[in-house]
Amino acid sequence: MEQKWVVFQLEENSYGIDVQSVRSIERLIPITRIPNAASYVKGVINLRGVVTPVIDLRSRLGFDVIEETEETRIIIATLEHGDAGFIVDRANEVVESSEVRIEPLGEQKQEDASYLTAVAKGEDQLFSLIEPNRLFEDIVHA
Amino acid sequence: MDLNEYVGLFLDESMEHLQAINTSLLDFEQRMDDEAVIDQIFRSAHTLKGMAGTMGYDAIADLTHEMESALDLVRSKKQPATSELIDVLFVAAEQLETMVEDISRGGKGKLDVTETVNRLKRFIQPNDVQVETNVLPTTQQNFECDVYSKAVVQQSIAAGYQAYVLSVELSADVILKAARVYMVFDRLQSLGDVILSNPTSDDLEQEHFDTSFEILFVTQSEKETIREAVEAVSEVANVSIVPFETTSEAEVATSTLQQEPVTEEIQKEATSTTSEPMDVTAPVASKTIRVNLERIDRLMNLFEEFIIDRGRLERIAAEVGSPELTDTVERIKRGTNELQSLVLTLRMMPIEQVFNRFPRMVRSVSKDVGKHIKLHITGAETELDRTVIDEIGDPLVHLIRNAIDHGIENKADRILAGKPVEGNLSLRAYHSGNRVFIEIEDDGAGINHERVTRIAIEKGLITEEEAALLTIEEASMLLFAPGFSTAETVTDLSGRGVGLDVVKSKIESLGGEVFVETRRGEGTIFRISLPLTLSIISAMLVELGKETYAIPLTAIIETTSLRSSSILQAHREKVFDFRGQLVPLISLNEVYGLPQHEAEAYSVVVVRSGEKLAGLIVSELIGQQEIVMKPLGSYLEGIRAISGATILGDGQVALIIDSNALLRK
Repeated sequence: MEQKWVVFQLEENSYGIDVQSVRSIERLIPITRIPNAASYVKGVINLRGVVTPVIDLRSRLGFDVIEETEETRIIIATLEHGDAGFIVDRANEVVESSEVRIEPLGEQKQEDASYLTAVAKGEDQLFSLIEPNRLFEDIVHA
Repeated sequence: MDLNEYVGLFLDESMEHLQAINTSLLDFEQRMDDEAVIDQIFRSAHTLKGMAGTMGYDAIADLTHEMESALDLVRSKKQPATSELIDVLFVAAEQLETMVEDISRGGKGKLDVTETVNRLKRFIQPNDVQVETNVLPTTQQNFECDVYSKAVVQQSIAAGYQAYVLSVELSADVILKAARVYMVFDRLQSLGDVILSNPTSDDLEQEHFDTSFEILFVTQSEKETIREAVEAVSEVANVSIVPFETTSEAEVATSTLQQEPVTEEIQKEATSTTSEPMDVTAPVASKTIRVNLERIDRLMNLFEEFIIDRGRLERIAAEVGSPELTDTVERIKRGTNELQSLVLTLRMMPIEQVFNRFPRMVRSVSKDVGKHIKLHITGAETELDRTVIDEIGDPLVHLIRNAIDHGIENKADRILAGKPVEGNLSLRAYHSGNRVFIEIEDDGAGINHERVTRIAIEKGLITEEEAALLTIEEASMLLFAPGFSTAETVTDLSGRGVGLDVVKSKIESLGGEVFVETRRGEGTIFRISLPLTLSIISAMLVELGKETYAIPLTAIIETTSLRSSSILQAHREKVFDFRGQLVPLISLNEVYGLPQHEAEAYSVVVVRSGEKLAGLIVSELIGQQEIVMKPLGSYLEGIRAISGATILGDGQVALIIDSNALLRK
């Protein structure tokens, strides 16, 4: 079955998210801080009139937090409990399943990250498939 | 083909047709010869049948098929309508509703409708026995019985009751005749229903009789049980009990009566004894289209965005100072103002669709508890936000059942109180200011606030001292306290463990309030006040550091400036003197994780939650503004002391402070 992923980067690492669950990709817009939420919760944005939570994916996945750049994007995903966004370094590619081979995660990775489901390998690329719903578990009670 | 896609459509349309059937049935009951009404029911049943057939809901299809056949006979004047038919149709409508509701909850819409189908079939094809029964002599015990009472007996028999004629003889030297009669009636009421008495109950009460009287009684109890109950009353000398009908075959008897054309008399009787939609005028079909609520919400969101951009445009126009631009912006402004009021009304719907189900409910509930209750509906056209309409139904059902069950007295008590046997229940809706009021008024006994208070003390809800200070209204409001239920005998209707506290919290979750007004012996009014639209509130915008927050105006008592020297320390808590009362001071910066600064003077917003007061320290007061409340979404639901968010004029999100949560701690 044909599948497509939006591929995005954090540092030099690439990740793919099923295009079906991506609502939109936004440039950085002002974010209102949410007090007393998990540290990686960046806040909420006004997404065309809907108040939408946004997390900092770098912080969520344990990367160093950096200043935003011109390329910084917010990927808005449609999830189980509504729309939510996560901030990535870059997002400018859509890859089709015909271009890559899907392989299971290495054992080490499985333990490390419940939000990764598999690895996609292409001729000159490699990215991890991410399950976005997992990223937003416990954002209040963490 | 995937039928699931069509279930939603099926449900929407079925609900509409069921509503039409219900409304028309009530009309039908009043005017049995009204062809337009019969036609309406027929068409709705027909449409339902078609849809249910396509969707494979056989029980619905079967039932509507029989309804259709029966109504067709009436419509084509091959058979006259009977009250039995109307009753069966009511039952059928109720079963259809149960099935449709089941489907909406993901069920298969299955229900055993055989009995109703059979009852309808008996109407369509009365069996031949009926011809014979017509020539049979009627029972020798037959009472001087009017057609209406007869119809009641017939309905009861059809519902599995037995009808008996009781002849009661009091001892010759009886002293308290009326009292004995009352006791006999009282005991019988607990076993079944007294339909008629000979002499009439008035005469019996006035002691206008010798020593014996007769009662027509329907019950599910055994003859012996009845006998024991009546004989247990002192000064009763003798009781004889005989079945009311000559033939024990209730079914045959039923068909006899079914064939009886309904006379003028019944209709008059029916008008005055059953509940009915009083002031609801015949609905005029308006042209509508069905729009998904989500689309309307999206429209509103986009529109709000647009309003924000309009604000920016106005600012730019003012800066640029070009008359042409200013003119255009002015025109846009006028256009959007009109658009705004239009968009806001899109979500508004008449409360009619909630009220519509009550006539039938009151009819059946009052029948169940053996009370005659007349329902008066006014203001059904009053409009409310769609969300409120969706949610307000259950609380109203609860309050209405409560009024029927506990509010309006039983027949005997009403007579003793010198009131007409028929109780009145009024359901009213109206606008006032920017709130909508819904009232449920009964002309019952009123709330016995002493009893309410006593129970509240017994249940540990309040202390004796607190109770002494309560006004009648405050005492009545105890009915809404969690863990309170007045029903001394638990009935099917109220006192099912679900108390009025659930009603209260539901109403409050809609931004509403509930009040009670009661007069002993005269009745009770439950008054619900609801916001016109859910989402727009007045708020005070404040700054904490560089962040903007909103505090709902309803929570604010006043804003004040406080010198640091007047802040006192009491048990590690900062307090200050507010109108002679020591009030805790809360640093919002601390609550929301912002750095705190020492200062000479602080801006303080004094808020209230129930009895509690607190002062909230803010960096700056920005001003008062109407804001559109928006949910934070389920991902951020549990955030402490934040009740939602709003979008400000510059497009940024500001959080709304939940002062109730702050004061609760």
